[in-house]
Amino acid sequence: MSTKKVIQVNKLTKNFGDFKAVNNITFDVGKGEVFGFLGANGAGKTTAMKMLIGITTPSSGKANVAGFDVNTHAEDIKKNIGYMSQKFALYDDLTVNENITFFGGIYGLTRKEIKEKSIELLKELNLEDVKNMLVASLPLGWKQKLSFSVSLLHNPKIVFLDEPTGGVDPITRRHFWEMIYKAASSGTTIFVTTHYMDEAEYCDRVSVMVNGKIEALDTPKKLKETYNVKSMDEVFLKLVRK
Amino acid sequence: MKRFVGFIKKEFYHIFRDKRSLFILFGMPIAQILLFGFAITNEINNVDIAILDHSKNVNSTEVINKISSSKYFSINKFLEMESEIESIFKKGKVKAVLIFEQNFGSNLIKEKKATVQVVTDATDPNTANTVSNYVNGILQQYQKQQNKSIDPGFQVLPETKMMYNSELKSVYMFVPGVMTIILMLVSAMMTSISITREKEQGTMEILLVSPLKPVQVILGKVFPYIFLSIINALIIIVLSIFIFKMPVQGSLLLLGLESILFIVSALGLGILISTISETQQTAMMISLMGLMLPVILLSGFIFPIASMPYPLQMISNIIPAKWFIIIVKGIMLKGVGIQFLWKESLILLFMTVFFIVVSIKKYKIRLE
Repeated sequence: MSTKKVIQVNKLTKNFGDFKAVNNITFDVGKGEVFGFLGANGAGKTTAMKMLIGITTPSSGKANVAGFDVNTHAEDIKKNIGYMSQKFALYDDLTVNENITFFGGIYGLTRKEIKEKSIELLKELNLEDVKNMLVASLPLGWKQKLSFSVSLLHNPKIVFLDEPTGGVDPITRRHFWEMIYKAASSGTTIFVTTHYMDEAEYCDRVSVMVNGKIEALDTPKKLKETYNVKSMDEVFLKLVRK
Repeated sequence: MKRFVGFIKKEFYHIFRDKRSLFILFGMPIAQILLFGFAITNEINNVDIAILDHSKNVNSTEVINKISSSKYFSINKFLEMESEIESIFKKGKVKAVLIFEQNFGSNLIKEKKATVQVVTDATDPNTANTVSNYVNGILQQYQKQQNKSIDPGFQVLPETKMMYNSELKSVYMFVPGVMTIILMLVSAMMTSISITREKEQGTMEILLVSPLKPVQVILGKVFPYIFLSIINALIIIVLSIFIFKMPVQGSLLLLGLESILFIVSALGLGILISTISETQQTAMMISLMGLMLPVILLSGFIFPIASMPYPLQMISNIIPAKWFIIIVKGIMLKGVGIQFLWKESLILLFMTVFFIVVSIKKYKIRLE
């Protein structure tokens, strides 16, 4: 793994009134890494992620994403990252092709680039037959894969995935992670939040957030050794109940 | 710019693929203007009445003929007894009953005075009032005809002239109102719904994470509706000119510009609504309750503002629709130009700027 850091977070904090949603977190993510960002609901994952993708400003602390400061260059960050939310947000009333064209367009791809990309993408996802169908008519698993591919359209340096596998069956989840690995192997950094502890095992490194703080950060293997347990599930429970 | 064009294209896909919004956009204006133009009217035509003629002589027959030959009334039934009056009203068959007294004819000649009793069904007070006025009018006409040869002493004759709408067509009053409602509905409600839909589906988040600036997102959402609202305004004006023969005395250009100003103010309101509502349903409820009701009730569209209680008159001043209706009536009916409407236009302009500034501020706060 390359040692180049694409995300550097230093004492990042976000307060909502007296409540510290994100409390002084510090970590790095390397290029091409699959970084798992775990935590119970309300632990502050989403808030932390929103600061990194430039839609929320930090209360204090620093973070550098894809070479840009989140405090001062949020707009530059947006050009260099991809984002997929838990809702697989594509437009239901647009066809597969129209969705690709639209999202390619707002990321500033030329018409030619969009055309090439979409042919490539549809072939890879086996969606050529349904390219003119409305997204609403696709099964959830397909939407999710399409949504991930769309977030990669503009070759971002980092892709942020916010609980990308919610509500999807295990086989589709497995396929999805194959896609994640493929993107990572071509140098894209993956920053993923998840609830599923088996998915945490797939990550290169994992951080566990509890009440706004990062309580643990290491490879899944080392974490299991440290806490002397067999699965990430148990690591997580130990940390949360501490 | 290219990004923006792509965005607007997407917006039109949304609109044209959603049958509901298409119906609201194009069905509503046409349906409303036709409804208000043809069906809803303050004039009376062919109102059913009954006659109870106790005297049955030449004079009463003359009056009855006069009434039945007017286009306002048609005689449904001739009654024989007082007791029938109650039951015919209860059946709802007639709006009024005219009762000629026993010696109508002889009283008229001997006493120079005879009475006709006009009994109206006042469950609908407006119609009752109008009916009794029309009957009075016909009776007075009859009296005048009979008195031609006789010197009446002295008389004060009111000579009424109804300026700007000499035939008192109600459609003249409804067109500006309907135009206001439709533009408000399309601009404010449709934009607020379409923005909240993106929030609900989670696509707003994706757009905010993209390199598109928030202002571009909002402009992209709003632009198609400006375009469609202008088309709607045109449809309404064309319909009212060609179907209802409504005059446009003043400048069409000024009417167009004022309409655009009003559209933009409604869009500002729409954006404002979308910043405070999370779901499409909330946005729709706020638009209907918060915008449509005041537009219908307090803008002077149906109920005259001058006869409202003072506090309501005050409130009506902050409703943009009130000023727009004054402007539209001024241009279409009175044919006045900006020199008479600058005050109203300025108020509307001020409101527009206010809504847009507030909604942009609110929108930024929400991003935090």
